Amino acid sequence: METLIEHDRPQLTGRLRADGRKGIRNVIAVAYLVECAHHVARQIVNKADDSDVHLIGFPGCYPNDYAFKVMSAVTTHPNVGGVLLISLGCESFNRERLKQVIEASGRPCETLVIQNSGGTLSTVAQGLEAVARLKAIAAEVPVVPMDVSELVIGTICGGSDGTSGITANPAVGRAFDWLGAQGAACIFEETGELVGCEKIMASRAVTPELGAALEACVQKAEAYYTVMGYGSFAPGNAEGGLTTQEEKSMGAYSKSGSAPICGILKPGDLPPSGGLYLLDVVPDGEVRFGFPNISDNAEIVELIACGAHLTLFTTGRGSVVGSAISPVIKVCANPDTYKKLHEDMDVDAGRIMEGRASLDEVGSEIIDVVLNVAAGGLSKSEALGHQEFILTYKAFDPLGPACLPLRR
Amino acid sequence: MDKETNVRVSSDLILLHDHDNVLVCRQVIEPGVRLVIDGAEVVAGERIEVGHKVARRDLSVGDKIIKYGAPIGSMTGAAPKGGHVHLHNMKSDYIPSHTRKVVG
Repeated sequence: METLIEHDRPQLTGRLRADGRKGIRNVIAVAYLVECAHHVARQIVNKADDSDVHLIGFPGCYPNDYAFKVMSAVTTHPNVGGVLLISLGCESFNRERLKQVIEASGRPCETLVIQNSGGTLSTVAQGLEAVARLKAIAAEVPVVPMDVSELVIGTICGGSDGTSGITANPAVGRAFDWLGAQGAACIFEETGELVGCEKIMASRAVTPELGAALEACVQKAEAYYTVMGYGSFAPGNAEGGLTTQEEKSMGAYSKSGSAPICGILKPGDLPPSGGLYLLDVVPDGEVRFGFPNISDNAEIVELIACGAHLTLFTTGRGSVVGSAISPVIKVCANPDTYKKLHEDMDVDAGRIMEGRASLDEVGSEIIDVVLNVAAGGLSKSEALGHQEFILTYKAFDPLGPACLPLRR
Repeated sequence: MDKETNVRVSSDLILLHDHDNVLVCRQVIEPGVRLVIDGAEVVAGERIEVGHKVARRDLSVGDKIIKYGAPIGSMTGAAPKGGHVHLHNMKSDYIPSHTRKVVG
């Protein structure tokens, strides 16, 4: 592992939840359980006009174990203080079981069934009253000291270009090395973009069995994308100076930094300790339900389902998204993009390209922003009101025995 | 990468990882330009484009190329310190059939 960035390590505070995890936000989640309830749920959130009331949901009418697991994980995320469930009434989502899960986590939960609540206007009116009750209960949750080691941080890239692998991604890797060394859990993903560096990645695994499982994750992603018609991992892409397949993939992979990899997670699994984890986002089994992740926010939701308090989003072309529940911090790789979209960008990593900053300096700035946002400061997307959320159908097998080796 | 390392590498070049034996160009390098690599001055012998790789030390056939601290291929030809490293003198060590095999 490389020499760590030197950075101070401030004391944070968080909302103490019943399971011992701590939240850096205290959000009330309003969750629609089928698309038919989406408008009513959105009206409640819009009329609440409160930056701490967020809209989440699952649009499908047919049941799906993965969607249930992710909804359970997101509604019991440490950043969530209470939940209002909006059901149409006849959808197959198991609203009673979800309510039990939320209440068992020590959080207040109320359910409104539109078919039993008098329709749109009546449900919206009752929903606003419910949100006020939930907020009052959530406000009582104690604020306690929180250590950097209690943070869970995800990273993804979207709208990548030739600068991403030289500036923003390795700078996030430097920040990940520091955060992981403090004991925080750091999660990277996008196995479809790791083809060619699976052996390199496997060599960083804490056990040989985990290494083999990491390689299998990349092979699964490659096979899945090939069936989807996007197996375009053609070697020899010389554009921008890339010579080999493994070099191209290393650009995306560099977000993971240089620490040992201590486990594999699937969406909704919590990291059992600090350290670096790969989130396997590609479904198991035969190809069904379409693309693994239809857009960047689907991956962000999966990171949140793994407990991510915040997500580091690197972009070259320039994305503007944020997320419900957990703040998104944008690290802009391309100096020209930064000039055009600076109002949406938290960190200007393009300075590395211009010779105005080193990787370590930008890595250190990323740590500054992470700690500031964890301490309650708003990320750019958060301040702009971005609260995107997408959840679709998937199927996963449980984690295998090699995925989370015990380290004694 | 420490501050000292930065000072010892020319501002036209980025060192991504301490263990790397290549640097990345952030500005077009023209032949004859003086580059500072690890404290020593070398004169560029060829044009090298933005984003392309520059040898950090003399490289010969068979040498593993390390970028991001990881092997990304190996040399099929030689490159002097400050020389261009690309398709003409390096190759992938990744088994090409691997990328075409559909699993399951």
